[in-house]
Amino acid sequence: MQWEVVIGLEIHTQLTTQSKIFSGSATTFGSEPNTQASLVDLGMPGTLPVLNKEAVQMAVKFGLAIDAEIGQHNVFARKNYFYPDLPKGYQISQMELPIVGKGHLDITLEDGTIKRIGVTRAHLEEDAGKSLHEDFSGMTGIDLNRAGTPLLEIVSEPDMRSAKEAVAYVKAMHALVRYLGICDGNMAEGSLRCDCNVSIRPVGQVEFGTRCEIKNVNSFRFIEKAINSEIQRQIDLIEDGGKVIQQTRLYDPNTNETRAMRSKEEANDYRYFPDPDLLPVIIEDSFLEQTRATLPELPPQKRERFQSQFGLSLYDASVLASSREQANYFEQVVSIAGDAKLAANWVMVELGSLLNKQGVEIDHSPVSAEQLGGMLKRITDNTISGKIAKMVFEAMANGEGSADEIIEQRGLKQVTDSGAIESILDDMLAANAEQVEQYRAADDAKRGKMFGFFVGQAMKASKGKANPGQVNELLKRKLEG
Amino acid sequence: MALDRSDVEKIAHLARLGLNDADIPRTTEALNSILGLIDQMQAVDTTGIEPLAHPLEASQRLREDVVSEVNHRDSYQAIAPAVEDGLYLVPKVID
Amino acid sequence: MHQMTLAEIARGLADKKFSSEELTRSLLARIAQLDPQLNSFISVTEDLAITQAQAADARRAAGETGPLLGAPLAHKDLFCTKGIRTSCASKMLDNFKAPYDATIVARLASAGTVTLGKTNMDEFAMGSANESSHYGAVKNPWNLEHVPGGSSGGSAAAVAARLLPAATGTDTGGSIRQPAALTNLTGLKPTYGRVSRWGMIAYASSLDQAGPMARTAEDCALLLQGMAGFDINDSTSIDEPVPDYSASLNGSLQGLRIGVPKEYFSAGLDPRIADLVMTSVEELKKLGAVVKDVSLPNLQHAIPAYYVIAPAEASSNLSRFDGVRFGYRCEDPKDLTDLYKRSRGEGFGPEVQRRILVGAYALSAGYYDAYYLQAQKIRRLIKNDFMNAFKDVDVILGPTTPNPAWKIGAKNADPIAEYLEDFYTITANLAGLPGLSMPAGFADGLPVGVQLLAPYFQEGRLLNVAHQYQQVTDWHLRSPAGF
Repeated sequence: MQWEVVIGLEIHTQLTTQSKIFSGSATTFGSEPNTQASLVDLGMPGTLPVLNKEAVQMAVKFGLAIDAEIGQHNVFARKNYFYPDLPKGYQISQMELPIVGKGHLDITLEDGTIKRIGVTRAHLEEDAGKSLHEDFSGMTGIDLNRAGTPLLEIVSEPDMRSAKEAVAYVKAMHALVRYLGICDGNMAEGSLRCDCNVSIRPVGQVEFGTRCEIKNVNSFRFIEKAINSEIQRQIDLIEDGGKVIQQTRLYDPNTNETRAMRSKEEANDYRYFPDPDLLPVIIEDSFLEQTRATLPELPPQKRERFQSQFGLSLYDASVLASSREQANYFEQVVSIAGDAKLAANWVMVELGSLLNKQGVEIDHSPVSAEQLGGMLKRITDNTISGKIAKMVFEAMANGEGSADEIIEQRGLKQVTDSGAIESILDDMLAANAEQVEQYRAADDAKRGKMFGFFVGQAMKASKGKANPGQVNELLKRKLEG
Repeated sequence: MALDRSDVEKIAHLARLGLNDADIPRTTEALNSILGLIDQMQAVDTTGIEPLAHPLEASQRLREDVVSEVNHRDSYQAIAPAVEDGLYLVPKVID
Repeated sequence: MHQMTLAEIARGLADKKFSSEELTRSLLARIAQLDPQLNSFISVTEDLAITQAQAADARRAAGETGPLLGAPLAHKDLFCTKGIRTSCASKMLDNFKAPYDATIVARLASAGTVTLGKTNMDEFAMGSANESSHYGAVKNPWNLEHVPGGSSGGSAAAVAARLLPAATGTDTGGSIRQPAALTNLTGLKPTYGRVSRWGMIAYASSLDQAGPMARTAEDCALLLQGMAGFDINDSTSIDEPVPDYSASLNGSLQGLRIGVPKEYFSAGLDPRIADLVMTSVEELKKLGAVVKDVSLPNLQHAIPAYYVIAPAEASSNLSRFDGVRFGYRCEDPKDLTDLYKRSRGEGFGPEVQRRILVGAYALSAGYYDAYYLQAQKIRRLIKNDFMNAFKDVDVILGPTTPNPAWKIGAKNADPIAEYLEDFYTITANLAGLPGLSMPAGFADGLPVGVQLLAPYFQEGRLLNVAHQYQQVTDWHLRSPAGF
């Protein structure tokens, strides 16, 4: 049986507002329990919610960035259920009239093609508190600091067909919300959480299979693994003659399996109705335009521009545009060095590998854009060769200063004077007269190999400083001759 | 639309209201009485009528994003039934 | 002293005839002596009252003036009063000392009022007879075997018995106006959004409003002045300037157009009340008003719509009472579900539980359209009826209640019997309109009230009409025997 996988994702992003969505409490992470829980957050009798303007602005920004319809008349609704981390016994969310409607996000697949993933909607809601199950004499402890933090819940269409696509989508969404400055994307701290809806159906079938929801997966790696393990579980289940029951499940990274959540075993009737303590939110055209003006250039536009302005390939443009910090770094390097392709290569490969090794993000790079740009300029103006540049780069990473300083200090200037190079070559060839004769006697295939030997000797003799291009040219001439 | 005992038990569970077995028949009767009253609404033709959620059709005011609350944990928790280390205690919840 | 209205007290204090402290002590003694007959107070806040009275006297000595400076009153026990029990007449909140003051409590306190106590009410404001309180029923001072009305029955009984001059109440389906009518008081429900709901423990969020209860329109104007106004903490609070209500009392009623809906005079109305209503109309005509017939075609659907919307909103508002962060918690909960079910099952009385169940049902999957949505649509029809009527008239007049105060226990057998008492008052809540009840006579010794409704934010108009009526009638001056 050939199975097709259908995946839809619900991503909860904590918005980086100063205060909570319906109260003036701080949203700082990691404070002492219940020290950021005001009367409103605690659901004290008689308290009422008042809506945070910044949360609205951030949601609208997001909607504009994914080309979505903005719900200019949107309404908050109560989602009623009982759980100790939900102080009012209902969550203020949005149901029929969300603040953001249909939009889309383009993702780049592994083979370089672009796939458009639909976004059904995005809505504002308040986060719940936290339950701590560590022993309090057999009880659970509830911390309501997080209760009331603004969330933007982003619901995708069930457009993804593999775990890899799902991860690509989450990564793109993660980059976008960071790009927009509306969410810090810190999955470890729970700023961005992903619920994965997974179902399978026989290839060719139009109806969707029964789906299961894997809740709160908090890393890209786990998302991929959780989805794959769930796919396998469903396939095995059906092929063994069973049926998939709609459930909420949790992923356990230790066993690499999903299991049903006990507390969600019964279907919940949330009894949604418009929250009578809040009035409809009206987004005027002027608010929309004001917000539109604050949008930064987004990944798709940047990608386009990197291709058209700098002549980069789609792949390179995608990688460099994938984060605001990386794109800015790259552009700064280009503005100094002038050669975009060279810059692209160095940023993605050399710098990329350095950052990886040191485990830091580009905004904490040991080599600044200025430094790298300065060094690349010295390649393009032939002061140093590409090979020498690698040495310079390493030295910059070690804090030895700018490219010019290092080149000066270590005497790494490339030798480009043809006279000087010729003289080095003449000396070298004279010292290897036998090999020269063998070369002249050999066929093309053998010559290829032997040529490399001479190049090597020439570079050795010049301590790597001879310009490779010139070496090549002059050597060829001399060997022919 | 008459409710039977099991309907009442379901709603009571949704609302987390513990009803005494002995009270359920009387409660069911009372609820059906009330439903009889509100069922009178069905006779009204409301086609094309927009629901009125708020009497005065105003729109939501937006609050500036500033932190205006300070920590009052001690006084707020002074009235709590069970607290330890600043956390509210409930019977253990299993996920 | 206890016969004085707020206005008279303000003059007396200004003329230094007595101090606020003297007045307060005298009323506290009176409460101690007479309230056992009425059960109108849940908490008497002696210490607070004396402290506030002394402070008011000090402020006056320092040169401050103001109509509410040193004025004694009581708050219905669903307004949060910091550090003081705020019980909503429920076992659920018997141990709840509010951690903050409601906005109206704070505003009135800063105007210098003196809080004598927290008054009894129907549990969580659900009722029209004040029989559902955890602390026992309240008696009507006009006849101790009869109900005072509800849910602000405690405030009504206390003011009617001259235990104090005024009190705050709340009105969701008539809970200020109806008890005012049954106890010979003047009570006003403001326009929805006129008075802040911050700190007012919610029953039905889109219907609740706080308002004054006193013996005269003049007093209601004074108290409303101290309560009304925009509050940033309440998203449903409307930013509309507050006029000088006292200034509007004296306008002439010449040319006032009064609408009397024909649907008001239906089979359920006690004929004695119908007569008294028509008599009040004649009085107003003598003052220059003209009367027109108007129609409120959807009036009959108001009660069913209300008894969907209010319980639905309440069922959600009361979910926060779960034994976790405050309030009643059952003994030795076995698990989380047990904690919720027993805390709520033991903490809430039967009427509250009934309304929560109805509300949850009305919102549940499959029933939302037929119940909640339908009710909200009927609500719009009702609002439209009023908008139409107000094109031709300035106020709408009619009975406040279909019956005078009934005997305690008389309506307990049938759960909806009491609901039908809200027939005249409920529409104002559904439409958000301001409404006032004023004394208009007696039916076999029991008070009868007449209700006035006006367009949005025209509380001044209502107070004006009532005040002028009270200049030419004396129903409002009568007091119950023995008090």
